[in-house]
Amino acid sequence: MQFTSFLQDGHLTVALTGEIDHHCAKRYIQSIAAKIEAYVPAVCVLDFKEVSFVDSSGIAVVINALRSMTQIEGKLVLSGLGEQPMKVFRASGVDKLVQIKEAVS
Amino acid sequence: MKFENYMTLDFPSKSCNEAFARSAVACFAAQLDPTIEELGDIRTAVSEAVTNAIVHAYPDELGTVTLRCRILKGQTLDIVVKDKGVGIPNIEEARRPMFTTGGSDRSGMGFTIMESFMTDLQIMSVPGKGTTVHMRRKLQRRK
Repeated sequence: MQFTSFLQDGHLTVALTGEIDHHCAKRYIQSIAAKIEAYVPAVCVLDFKEVSFVDSSGIAVVINALRSMTQIEGKLVLSGLGEQPMKVFRASGVDKLVQIKEAVS
Repeated sequence: MKFENYMTLDFPSKSCNEAFARSAVACFAAQLDPTIEELGDIRTAVSEAVTNAIVHAYPDELGTVTLRCRILKGQTLDIVVKDKGVGIPNIEEARRPMFTTGGSDRSGMGFTIMESFMTDLQIMSVPGKGTTVHMRRKLQRRK
C-alpha cells in the first residue's frame, strides 16, 4: 500500500495507488481517517488515477472516508476513476452517494 | 470431455493470496481472448469469492482455499472457489446487499458484485463443513 496526500486551501487530496483489496483496505481506511482527523478539510478528494483494480473492499474504503467527512460536515469527492473501479462503484451504488469527477470513460 | 482445459490451485487463506488468485485466473482466461472489461469482471468476482473464504470461512485459523477453473465449450469460463471452513448459516441473508458479519473494512457487497459481474452464480454451504461458490462467465467471441 502506497499513497501520497496534500492539503491546499482546505482541500485534502489523497492519491491512492495499485490494487485495493481486503489485503490493504484496512490500512487505507485507517490512514485516510487519520489524515481527515488531523487536517479537518472542507473537501476530501480520493484520487484513483493510479489505482488499477478495486473490489468491494474499495467500497468500504470510500464508505469509511464518507463517514469521516460527514462527521465534520465536509464533502467527499472521487476522481480519476478508471473503468474497472467505476464499474464496481456503479454496481454497488457508491456513485449515488459520492460525487465523482474526472472519471476515465 | 465436456471441458477444453482446466486448472486447480490450493493455497492457504492468507490475504496476500487474493491478488495471486485473481491474477492466476486472469492468466488462465487469457487463452479465451477476453476483452479488458471481461477480464476486469472475472478478476473482481474471483477476488470477492476468495476474500470471502479468507475472511469468513477461516476466522480464527488458516485453512485451504481451492480454486478450480475450467473452460467449457462455447467460450465459457467456469470457476469454483471452495473452502472447508465454518460455512454460511443463511445464504439468502449473506447474499443481501450491505449484509456483512465482518468489521467496518467489509462492505457487504461481495455477492452483489459477483452476481452482477458473472453470468451465473451458485452458492452451496453446510455449516461446519464449508462453502462452495460456483460461477460462470460466458465470454464474447471476438472476430
